[in-house]
Amino acid sequence: MKISINGLHKAFENRVRLGIMSVLAVNDMLDFNSLKDFFDITDGKLASNMKALEKEGFINMKKSFIGKKPNTKYYMTKKGKKAFEDHLKALEQLLKSQK
Amino acid sequence: MHVWFSFINFEMQSTFIMNEKPDYARDITEIRSMMERSSKFLSLSGLAGVMAGMYALAGAFIAYRALDFNPGDLGTATDSSLWKIVVLALLVLVLALGTAIYLSWRKANKSGEKFYNATTKRVVSAMAVPLIAGGLLMLAVLLKGLVGLIAPFSLIFYGLALYNTSKFTYDEVKTMGLVEIGLGLTGTFFIGYGLFCWALGFGVVHIVYGIYLHYKYER
Repeated sequence: MKISINGLHKAFENRVRLGIMSVLAVNDMLDFNSLKDFFDITDGKLASNMKALEKEGFINMKKSFIGKKPNTKYYMTKKGKKAFEDHLKALEQLLKSQK
Repeated sequence: MHVWFSFINFEMQSTFIMNEKPDYARDITEIRSMMERSSKFLSLSGLAGVMAGMYALAGAFIAYRALDFNPGDLGTATDSSLWKIVVLALLVLVLALGTAIYLSWRKANKSGEKFYNATTKRVVSAMAVPLIAGGLLMLAVLLKGLVGLIAPFSLIFYGLALYNTSKFTYDEVKTMGLVEIGLGLTGTFFIGYGLFCWALGFGVVHIVYGIYLHYKYER
């Protein structure tokens, strides 16, 4: 795992990725378009950041069909939840020590 | 001289960039705001509440004065003016809903958000179940001629809808739902006060909460 010295996970240095994790932490499952509503970025940029998180094993997707239209929903994995929580704790610690 | 200054300036800028610390406080704020924006419907407008309250008060006044509607027990006022009351009630409902949707849409646009997103969907479905169930029950009650129960039942089911929705929007909506349920039950026990409770619940409560929400969240 890529964790820097201060306990912050490398994958969350990017704000979009941090945003995706925040949204999925409070929403069980969201499809791509619902997720996109919360960001002011292009489809491609969001997709590449999702891919990166997927590669880490932090998010996963579930494919299904609504009628004939494919529908992909994203959710946070257990591993992702733990990494996100650890990241939050590390942030908290850093803020405390900065004061 | 000038060159020297700009050199210093350049050097200061580059050291600044190199030493720039990641802003952890901003990270936390952003995480929080993302969680809130994606889980809560915050486009609700206080002004919409005030307007809905006004329509309701006007409607109750017209029903009471012009149409002489104030059922003293379960089954009075089953005369021909009943359909006018139904039309009036539907008119108030459409006006209030229309205003709320328009103002919420405007508020979402202003803050650069999509109006119809995942949280809106959740609010709509949380509201729809108690409201549709209540609406059908009221229709059944009306067809049986129990006119006195309509106003209190509408309060109870509206209150249940608010209570159910409150987890997806401002916390205050929860107590507002409880107040509406309380007024509805009071109106059921004391049918003579049914219309009065209705005016209090849909009129006064809306206006009070609307002003409160407006001052708390929109300024």
